[in-house]
This record gives sequence, C-alpha cells and structure tokens, in this order.
Amino acid sequence: MTKKEIMRRIFRYIAGEKGLTFCSFAASAVYVALTLAVPILVGRAVGTLETGKIGGIFPYLAVILACAGAGALCQWIMGEINNRISVRILRDLRADAYRKLSKLPFSYLDRVPSGDTVSRIMTDAEALVDGILMGFTQLFTGVLTVVGTVVFMLTMNVTVTLVVAVLTPLSVFFARFIARGTFRHFKKRSELQADLTAYTEETVTGRKVVRAFGREEETYAAFAEKDEKLRRISGKAIFLSSLTNPVTRFLNALVYAAVTLVGAFLCVRGGNMTVGMLTSFLAYANQYTKPFNEISGVLAELQNAFACAARVFEFLDEEEETPDPADPAEVRVTGRVGAEDVSFSYTKEQKLIEHFSLDVRPGEHIAIVGPTGCGKTTLINLLMRFYDVNAGRMTVEGVDVRALRRRDLRASYGMVLQENWIGKMSVTDNIRRGKPDATAKEVEAAARAAHAHGFISRLPQGYDTVLEENGEGLSAGQRQLICIAAVMLVDPPMLILDEATASIDTRTEKKIQDAFEKLMRGRTTFIVAHRLSTIRNADKILVMNNGSIVESGTHEELLKKGGFYARLYNAQYA
Amino acid sequence: MFRLLPYMKKYRLQSVLAPFFKMTEAVFELFVPLIVAKIIDEGIGGNDEALIVRYCLLLALLALAGLALAVAAQFFSARAAVGFASEVRKGLYKKVFSLPASESDRLGTNRLITMLTGDVVQLQTGVNMVLRLFMRSPVVVIGAVVMAFIADPRGLAGGGLWFLVAVPLLALAVGGVMIFSIRRYKASRSSVEDLTLELRENLSGMRVFRSFGQEEHRKKRFEKMNDAASRALVRAGRVSALTGPFTMVIVDLGIVALLWSGAVSVKAGALSTGKLIALYNYMTQILIELIKLANLIVTVTKSAACADRVGRVLALDASLAKIPPELSGGEEEIAFEHVDLTYPDGTKALKDVSFSIGRGQTLGIIGGTGAGKSSVISLIMRYYDPTGGRILCGGRDLRSLDESALRARIGLVPQKPELFRGTVAENLRFGDPSADDETLWDALTAADADGIVRSKAGGLDAEVEQYGRNFSGGQKQRLTVARALVRRPEILILDDSFSALDYATEAKLKKSLSELSYRPTTVIVSQRASSLRRADRILVLDEGGQVGLGTHEELYASCPVYREICLSQESEGGDAQ
Repeated sequence: MTKKEIMRRIFRYIAGEKGLTFCSFAASAVYVALTLAVPILVGRAVGTLETGKIGGIFPYLAVILACAGAGALCQWIMGEINNRISVRILRDLRADAYRKLSKLPFSYLDRVPSGDTVSRIMTDAEALVDGILMGFTQLFTGVLTVVGTVVFMLTMNVTVTLVVAVLTPLSVFFARFIARGTFRHFKKRSELQADLTAYTEETVTGRKVVRAFGREEETYAAFAEKDEKLRRISGKAIFLSSLTNPVTRFLNALVYAAVTLVGAFLCVRGGNMTVGMLTSFLAYANQYTKPFNEISGVLAELQNAFACAARVFEFLDEEEETPDPADPAEVRVTGRVGAEDVSFSYTKEQKLIEHFSLDVRPGEHIAIVGPTGCGKTTLINLLMRFYDVNAGRMTVEGVDVRALRRRDLRASYGMVLQENWIGKMSVTDNIRRGKPDATAKEVEAAARAAHAHGFISRLPQGYDTVLEENGEGLSAGQRQLICIAAVMLVDPPMLILDEATASIDTRTEKKIQDAFEKLMRGRTTFIVAHRLSTIRNADKILVMNNGSIVESGTHEELLKKGGFYARLYNAQYA
Repeated sequence: MFRLLPYMKKYRLQSVLAPFFKMTEAVFELFVPLIVAKIIDEGIGGNDEALIVRYCLLLALLALAGLALAVAAQFFSARAAVGFASEVRKGLYKKVFSLPASESDRLGTNRLITMLTGDVVQLQTGVNMVLRLFMRSPVVVIGAVVMAFIADPRGLAGGGLWFLVAVPLLALAVGGVMIFSIRRYKASRSSVEDLTLELRENLSGMRVFRSFGQEEHRKKRFEKMNDAASRALVRAGRVSALTGPFTMVIVDLGIVALLWSGAVSVKAGALSTGKLIALYNYMTQILIELIKLANLIVTVTKSAACADRVGRVLALDASLAKIPPELSGGEEEIAFEHVDLTYPDGTKALKDVSFSIGRGQTLGIIGGTGAGKSSVISLIMRYYDPTGGRILCGGRDLRSLDESALRARIGLVPQKPELFRGTVAENLRFGDPSADDETLWDALTAADADGIVRSKAGGLDAEVEQYGRNFSGGQKQRLTVARALVRRPEILILDDSFSALDYATEAKLKKSLSELSYRPTTVIVSQRASSLRRADRILVLDEGGQVGLGTHEELYASCPVYREICLSQESEGGDAQ
C-alpha cells in the first residue's frame, strides 16, 4: 500500500469530523498568531529602554499578558479538540475493524493467528492515530508558525528575514532524506516483532510441555535468535530515525548565528535595525526552529505510523466472505438437507470431498462415523456454510444455501460440540446467546430441560454468575450442558451434535446423552457418533476417512457391503 | 523499577555515554545567550565589527560541536535502549520457563504474553527517552537559572530572582498536571485491556457467534466497550493538555516581570540591554525545555508502570525447594506417601493420597471432573511440590532430585495436545533432538500417527502451524503420544490423552503401547473405565480424596464409586468389554 493511499484512507476518517477539525484549525491559528506576537512585543518593550522612558514599557507588558492569557486558552481548546478527534477516529477505526472481522470468511480466521489480528486492531490502530493524527496537528501548527513568523519578520526587516527563510528549509530537506531511509527498517521491524510475538504466544502457552520435555534451552535459543534479529533492526531503525533531530537542530543553530551576524552588522551600519528588533529576530529564529524540528520529528515518527497504518488498512481490505444475496430466498425450514455433487477442499493440493451427494428428509438422523481425524469438522463447515463448496451445491429445502442469508441458515441449526465456547458473561447470557430477549423463566426452563439447572443453581450467584473466559472453572461436561440449554432455548429445526467421548465424567455424560435424545426427537440431526446405539438407530450413516466421505447407508447395508465401515465396526464392537 | 538495572549492565557504557553527551550538548547551548549578550553590548554597543564576526563564528562552532555530541548521544542511546529491552525480554522469557508452575499459573498465560510483547516495547521507548532527554531537561533548566545569575550578577536583587520564582511554579504546574494525568491514563489503560480481552474472545468464539446469529449482539457489546475506552482516553488527554497553557501563562508572567524590573535596572545603569535580552532568552529556553519534559514524563510513567510489573516477575524466586539426597523407601518407581496438595489460591486438590507402582507396571487413575487426577500428574512432573506427605521416585524424595533429570526420564502426553509451529519432525524431536528418522517413524507407528504424517504433503517435514492448528484434535493427540515416545521414556504419562479418539483408535493405540519393547512404567489418567481395565493398579479419586486402589476386579468388588463408573459406562452399549 502506498503512502498516498494510506493518506487518502485516513482523510476519509478525518472527513467525518469536519466541524471539530475546523474549530481545531481556527484555535491553533489564533494560538500561533498570539504566540508569535509576543517576541515582537518584547522587542518593542526592549526598544523603549533605549528611549529612556520607563513609562513607555507598560502598555507593551499589558498586551503581552493579554496575549499570554488568550493564547493559553486557545492552546487548551486546541488540545481538547485534537484529543477528541483522534480518540474518535481511533474508535471508528476499531469499530470498522470489528465490522470487518465479523464479515471475514473462516478461511481467514482459521489461517491467521488471532494474536496478529488483535495486534492490528489494538496496537497498530493506536500507533496510526498517535503517529499520523498527532503528526498532522503538529504539522499544521508547525506550518502556520513558519508562515506567521515569516510574515512578522518581513514587517521588521527584509534582509534578515531572507537569511532565516532561505536557510531553514534545508533542515526539512534533510529530515525527509532521513525519513526515506528509515521506512524500510521500520517495516522490517514490524514483521520481526510479529514473528517474535507469535513465537512467544505459542511457547508461553505451552510452557508446561516445553518443560516436560526439557526443551527450555532450545526454546530459549530460538527465542533469543529471533530477539537478536529484532534487536539489530530496531537499533538501526531507532538510531537512523533519531538522526533527524540533531541534524535539524544543527542547521537551526547555524541560522541563529547567521541572524546574529547579519542583524548585528545592520545595527552597527545603521541599516534600519535596532537592538529591540534584533531581540525579536533572535526569538523568532529560536522559535522558527521549533516548528521545523517538530515537522521533521513528525516526519520521522510518521514512518513508523505509516507502517502500522498499512497493517491496519490491509486488515480492513481483507477479502470478505461473499455477501448474502440482496434478495435472499425465504424458506420454511422443515429439516430437508441435501448435497448435490459437492466437491470441497481447503487447499488445491489436498483434495477432500469429491462428488458427494446426500439427501436428508426432515427428522432423519444422520450418524457421522469414522476414525479420529476423519474430517467431521469439514462436514460441519459445509453444513453451516462456514466454508463454501468448490463445486456442486449444498441445499436446504431444495434451495441452494448460497441463496439464503447465512444468518437464517445458521439459525436453523443447533450445534453442540465437545469443546464448547463459553463467554465471559453471566450464565443467563451464555444460555440466551441465540435469543437475547429470552426471559429468565425461559432460560431456566431450557436449563432444566438440558439438566443444567442443578449445577447452575449451585454456582455462587446461580444464573447471574459471571463465567470466566473459555469457561474456566467449569468442566467440559458442564460447558456442554450450558450449550445444550442454549440450543434448547432457540429450538432450531436441525441439529449438529458431537457425541461425547471421554473427557466427561459419567454422571454428566448420562445427562448429556439424555438431553441429546430429547433434542433429537423430530429434528433432522447430524451426529458425530461413537455409541453403537446411536449409530444403529441412525437413518443413515456417513462413514468418513481422511477427510472424505467413503461410504454411506444404513447400518445393515454397510455391514453387508463389507467395506470400511464393516472393518471399523468389527474392530471396535465385535 | 530499579530491579531492572542489572539488565542494563551489558550496556553500562552506552547508558552513561548517551546522557553524558546529551548533557554536554545542553551546556554548550546554555552559552549561546551569553555570547549574544556580548555581541549586543560590546559588538553593537561598541561598534566592533571584528568582535561580532568572531563571536558569530563561535556560535557556529558551538552548533557543530552540538551536532557531533547529539549524534553520538542518539547512537549510544538507541543501542542501550534496544539492548536493554532485549535483555529484559530474554530474562523474562527464561523466567517463564523456570518459575514453579504455581507462580506462572497464578500470573496467567495472557499476562505473561502481554509483558513479553507490550510491556517490553514500552520499556524500550522509556529508556530511550530517559537517556536522551530526561537528563537534558534538568541540566537546561537548572543551567539556565545559574546562567541567569551569571548574566545578572546582582544576585537576588537582579533578574535571577524571577527565575527562582518562576521555576518552582512551573515545576508545580507540570508536576500537578502530571500526577492527575497519570492516574487517568491508568484508568484508560485498564479499559483498553478490557477491550483487548473482548476482541480475543470474539476471535475465539467466532464460530459460535455466527452459528447462533449473535453478530449484532456481539457488535453492540464491542462498540459499548470501544466507546468506554474512548471516553477514558479523552478524559486522560484532557488533563495532560493543560500542561502547555499553564506553562505558557507562567513563563509569560515571568517575562513581563523580568522586563519590568529589567527596565528599571537598565535605566539605573545596573544592567545592560544585552544582559536583559540574555535573561529573556534563558526564560524562553526554560519554557521550551519544560514542555518537552512534560510530554516525556507521560511516556516515562507509562514505562515505569511496565518496569514495575516486569520487575516484580523477574524478582520471583525461581527455585523449587531442594532437600539433601537421602535414600529411603523402597525400589518402587513412583510412590506417593500421604500426599496433600493445596494450590496457592487455596483450592485443596488432593488429600492423603498414597500409592506406589513398580518398574514397568501400569497405574490407572480414574475419577470424575475435579477429582484431582491431573494434580497427581502435576506432582509427578514436579510442576508443584506436595503441601503434605512426600513423593518418591526410585526410592528418593522428588525434592532431592534434579528437576530436569527427573523430567528427562518421563514422556508426558498432556491433556491438552499442544504442538508448536515448525515441522512435524521438529515437534517429534522435542524430547530428543538427536533422534533419527527411523526412531520418529517407530514412535509414530506406535502412536498410530504414521498415517497422519504420511497423508500430509512433506511427510515428516510437513508444516505445523501455530498451536498445531492445522491438525484435528485427535491427530494432535496421537502426534503428542508419538512425541512422548520418541525419547523412549522410562515413565510414560498419559493424561486423559485419548479423549478425542474414538474407541477403535484408542484400542489400537493402547495395544501398541503395551507392546513397547522398553516397557515404560505407565500412568494413565482416564474417565473411561475400559481404558484402565488392564492396569496393574487403579487409583480411584473422588473430589481430591482417594477412595480406592487396586485391580479392576478388586475395585469392582469393593469400591462403590468405581463400580458405579463401570456400570454407567457399560450400560452405554458399544464399549462394554
């Protein structure tokens, strides 16, 4: 992404705050004018000394005080407004990023580490606002100060003004030269930082495994290597970017010397110059350096900010999932699901499901059977349209799922997996996640039906207990019961269930089994099955292996066929 | 904060040189107004053009010296800051892997990660700022005051008085604003942390939200927190924006006072115009410097907060208790003698647990959720030390053994299968970097994971993504079994490691594990009675207490809890054996 594009994007955000931006500009213009007036007034005050009349100094002093008061007020207003603008833009950026997030396809979410996304939305967005917006406001006051100073100086003496005005821009030239050199380093630094962060996240999370295998040394060595790379490039980037300041300050000190020289000569040779004016000029030469310093400082900071901005906008530009159709089909879902000649794979290299067809009538139970890792997640991904098929079509009630709104499609499924997500919110809110307007009574009824009421009422605050992120503190079974309750509350026509294997204690397991049976009654159900009874009672069995569907049929049919299922069955149950 | 000083050691020279050069530069700058005063009084006043040229050249020379000094300062400061950050990061990282689990669990994974990534960068910025600017500001401010007294040698009767009035006032204003804004920035930071947490949760729960059609609801939640974070930031910024106006008013008041008293003195002939201008210049220099300082202090306080957090972790005692070696107890591979375990947060995990297993034998541990099964494993791995009783390994108290030597004998398959970014082979060689490919394949075959690897493009060199995300739960479990087997452990620990496996895969895996040529002592934790049936001994736990120990048959006859577990599982049809 080029800087120009980044700028255009940022301006679009600023455009939303036109009124405030205008006020900020106005306040800073007044502030700059008032600050610039002070050196002139001081010069005049000094000038009165030469006349020898002390009384002449008082009006100037009064005006200086007035300027100081009004200037301070403007500066405060400016600060407040700029602060507001930048915070609002930060907020808008994050809100947009969140909107983006909710539209990203699972192919993105499954591929990109979550830490990377979080750092783009949190850290990079902040760096963008800090660097670029603060930069702009400084840039504006800076430029205004430069222009104002030149104007004020011109009113006093043209020759000295020329000395200042011609020499000073040199520093900007140098600053830009330096900035260009550092951009590359900052970008590289961002990349290395991201790599180190990913590695840190993973190894710190898995620290017990690392220690169990005595891998502390190696893990540390790899970390130190990444760290060393980062250290080198950071050192370079920081040093190079910080050169701007000394270089511009040097040039400005030279200007100061030149002004003194020329000014003093003009004074001596009677060239329309007084000591009072020289005082003002020197103050200007000093202040004049300040905006240039700031401008060049900003230019250096901007490099880092642009690198971060690029990461933010890259994220905002990620390809979204295909939008829902403008005119979505409305179907009354009775539970008829089909797959017509479906082919699907995550990557081109590894083919998974090919030419698969299936017709499920309302209320039928489909057992998904296969060895561990057979690819049941893939099937769920297609049913729920977390992923789109590569060829063929998935249907509900005979309608291509792509003609439906995703929301509607997903709302018609209730999904209970083994690992169930629990949010950091109250039990009630967790249960009514699919139906936020459900009453406390409805929630409790659902919890009772899911056999979750018992343990919930034993929690410290019952239904109001705020659960930990990821449901820490609850057992896997309890998490599953809460999820079942959530599904019961929504009462969807179709189900996707994952039968428990082992990580649940027996009493809870029974409850879950019982709740599953209740749920399945009269509903089209896809169930990842382990229990023989579930498999036998299914209307159809899909046998999966290595990600693809290898056989399908009823228990008897498949046994007769003597294929993969029969072998699996014999190994397991016979 | 000062706890972190040792990490600066390697960069001691740089961290002294940077502020030294910076301060020298500042001192040079302080001479400028005096030189200008000389030019005005003697050059202009005395019509001495040669003097003007001479002194202006001196000004240029000072500028050049300033440049050289500043570049040197920046160089050393960047070096020191980045190096320091790197040292702290490495130290912290090392700490994470040497702290007792009780400590690192208490701190929590997320906090540790934030420290290693966010806080350290903040520290780096802080150090860089401090080295470059922090030292400079006091030198300039105090120096300007001193110079004012030199320029106007009348002492308190002269213009110097106003400096003594203005500087404390300025310090008060800047300090006051700072204290308030720091408090507000802290509040703002915590609201940003909340927002980050919310975002993480959104990422981890995305499938659930989308399947429940919760997008709108979650969006509202996020926006609400986003707004709250923004408000806190605005509030914080509001206070810190006061610095500029305050200092401006005070300094301008000082200037007016200076001019007024100066005017009187000049008229009385006690002060030259040039000197008065020099005083004025010093006052402006102080103003510029203080504004810089105020901005700086905000950054530095942020860094100080980080330094405090990081320093506290670094100061944690990394070592587990060590007792002198003594040979006691029998020859059993593992023996628990009246072991209690209470976690640091007060949770009682185990109460009076005693058992032993001989070399090559298999111990099963069964019990419901929260029964304390994983705690037994944590104790064997010595992630924790027992709070009562003792644990023996080969007849020796665990606390007298070297942790890493102990762990080197163990192959652990953890409950949560975690793989790491890299290749399959790298993951498998985790426990034994020198293992050859044949060993890897043997382990894979024994773990019934050879098929998984063969099906991946690249085989052993197939890529493993962060957290092993590109493998399913069951695949990861079998790969972690293989990883444990590669080191041919004397003790194999399977902590509920079959939970994502179907019964057929589990049976196959168990069979091949029982046929391992080196016959490791095996500890299997499970919720399935069928998984443990053939164990030499089964430990039955219930809410941290030991309710049974024996073979399947013995327990079935004598232990009601065990019998209940078996019966409930057998009634489920298929898996009854």
